[in-house]
Amino acid sequence: MRKGKLLVAPAISWLIFFFGVPMLIVIAVSFAARTPYGQVIFNFTFANYQRFLEPLYIRIFVDTVFTALVTTLITFCMGYPLAYSISKLPHKWQQPGLILVMIPFWINFLIRSYAWVVILRSQGLINTLLLKLGWITQPLPLLYNDYAVMLGMVYALLPFMVLPIYVSIEQLDHRLLEAASDLGAKPFTAFRKVTFPLTLPGVAAGSILVFISSLGMFVVPDVMGGAKSALIGNLIQNQFLSARDWPFGSSLSIVLAVLALVLIVLYYKAIQKQEGGTNNEEKLA
Amino acid sequence: MKKNWRSSALFAYSLAILAFLYLPLLILTLYSFNDSRINAVWTGFTFKWYIALLHNQRVLEALTNSLMIAAVSTFVSTILGTMAALALNRYTYKYKAVINGLLYLPILIPEIVMGLSLLVLFSQTSVPLGKVTLILAHITFCLSFVIITVNARLEGMHKDLEQAASDLYATPWQTFRYITFPLALPGIVAGALIAFTLSIDDFVISFFVAGPNSTTLPLYVYAMVKRGISPEINALSTVLMFATISLIIIAQVLQPQHTSSKKEKE
Repeated sequence: MRKGKLLVAPAISWLIFFFGVPMLIVIAVSFAARTPYGQVIFNFTFANYQRFLEPLYIRIFVDTVFTALVTTLITFCMGYPLAYSISKLPHKWQQPGLILVMIPFWINFLIRSYAWVVILRSQGLINTLLLKLGWITQPLPLLYNDYAVMLGMVYALLPFMVLPIYVSIEQLDHRLLEAASDLGAKPFTAFRKVTFPLTLPGVAAGSILVFISSLGMFVVPDVMGGAKSALIGNLIQNQFLSARDWPFGSSLSIVLAVLALVLIVLYYKAIQKQEGGTNNEEKLA
Repeated sequence: MKKNWRSSALFAYSLAILAFLYLPLLILTLYSFNDSRINAVWTGFTFKWYIALLHNQRVLEALTNSLMIAAVSTFVSTILGTMAALALNRYTYKYKAVINGLLYLPILIPEIVMGLSLLVLFSQTSVPLGKVTLILAHITFCLSFVIITVNARLEGMHKDLEQAASDLYATPWQTFRYITFPLALPGIVAGALIAFTLSIDDFVISFFVAGPNSTTLPLYVYAMVKRGISPEINALSTVLMFATISLIIIAQVLQPQHTSSKKEKE
C-alpha cells in the first residue's frame, strides 16, 4: 500500500499543480475585474458572467451550439455507416480499417484545415479546375465562410464519431441477430430493431465527443472561417491574446468546461443505468 | 439479390467517406512537390520546397525546439505515467474515483481551456513564457495518455507469471525487473511514442504558453498560414504529417489488440 502511494504520488502531484491549480485560478479570475491595461484585480464580481447576456455574445453562443449540433449530425450520418462497414470486414482487415480511420485523428487540426485551404481558396484546386474548364469566369468564394467552417469541423471530428460506434458494434452479441433472422426478420429489420438500438450507447459517446470538441474548436474557424465565423473558441482566444480581458475569457472558458463535463457526466450516468449490475460490482471491488 | 445491392451501396458510401478523409491530405502532399509557386496548376515535380526548408534558419530552429521539447516531455511523462499506471493496476486506493478523475480529466476538458489555464498559472506565478513553460505544459497533457496506454497493456497481461516468480522466491524488485517490466515494455514504448507524437503535433496548448524564442513547428506553420499560402508550408505540413503517421503506426503495432484478447478469455 505504501509503495503504491509512492508510485502514483508524482503523477498526481504533477496534475494537481499543473492541472488542478490552474483550473482553480481560472475560476478565481473569472470572478475578478481588470484594470484598463488588462491587469487582473481580484475584486469579486459576477460582471464577466453577466456579459454573456449581451446580444453579440448570445449570437456567438447560439452560432457555436448550432455549428456543433450540425457537425454532430453530419458526422453521425457519415460515421455510422463507415463504422458498420468496418465491422463487416473480414476479421484480419478490421484492425487496418480502423487504423485508417484513426490516422487523420492524430494529425493536428491546423494541418488538416490548411489542406482544405489549398483546395478551396480562390487560386486553389477547385477554382483553378473550374476556370480551366470554362465553367466559371470568376473564382467561387468557397473559403472563409460558415459553410467552410462546417466542412472543416466535420472533416476534423469524423474519427471521433467512428471509433466509439465501431466499439459498440463490435461488442454486440451476435446471437441476438441470429435469433432475429431465425424469427424471420429481414436483415434491414434486424438492423433497425436489434443492431441500431443496441449500439446507441456508442452513438451517444461519439456524439458527445464530437459535440464537445466542436464547442471548444478555434483552429478550424480561425483558418477556414471568415470575419463573421467566430465561435466561442475564437472569442476566448481573442480575450487572452488580443483583447487582454482575461476575466471575461476565463468566465467563457469555465462555461465551456462546465458544459463539457456536464455532458460527460450525464453520459456516464446513462451508461451506468443501462449496465446496472456492473455498477454494483465496482462498488464491491 | 436485394441484400447484395444494399451492402455494396454501403461499401461504396464508406469508401467515399474514406476518400473524403484522405484526399485533402493527398492533395496537400502532391502540391508540396509542385514546381509552381502560385501552386494551383501542376507545372512539374520538384524537391525544391523541401530543400528550401533545410536552408531556412527559422524552420531549423523550430525543428530543434520541437524535438527538444518532445524529447524532454516524453521522457518525464513516460516515467511518471508508467509509475502511476503500475500502481493503479496493482493497488486499490481510498479515493480511487477522485484519483481517476484527476488522471482522465485533462483528456476530457477542451484543449483551449487547458492551454489558457496554464497561461494564467504561469503569468500569476511570473514564470516567463518559453521552452520551459512549453515542456511543463506538454508533460501535463501527455501524462494521461501515457497512463491510459500503459494501463491497457497491463490489464491485458496475465498475472500468472508474476505469481510464479514470487512463488519461486523472487524479490518484488526481481519480479518487476525480469517479469513485469519486459512484459509491460511494449505498452510503455507505445505510450512514449504517443506522448512524443502529441508533443510534436500540439498546436492549441503550445499557442497559449509559447514565448518569443520558443516557436515550435506547428506554431511556425500557423504563423505562415496566417501570412498567406506558400509552397514551403505544404512541404513542412507534409513532413509533420508523415512523421505523425509513422509514429502512430508504430505505436499501434506495439499496442495489444483489445478485441482478440477479449475473445481468448471467452
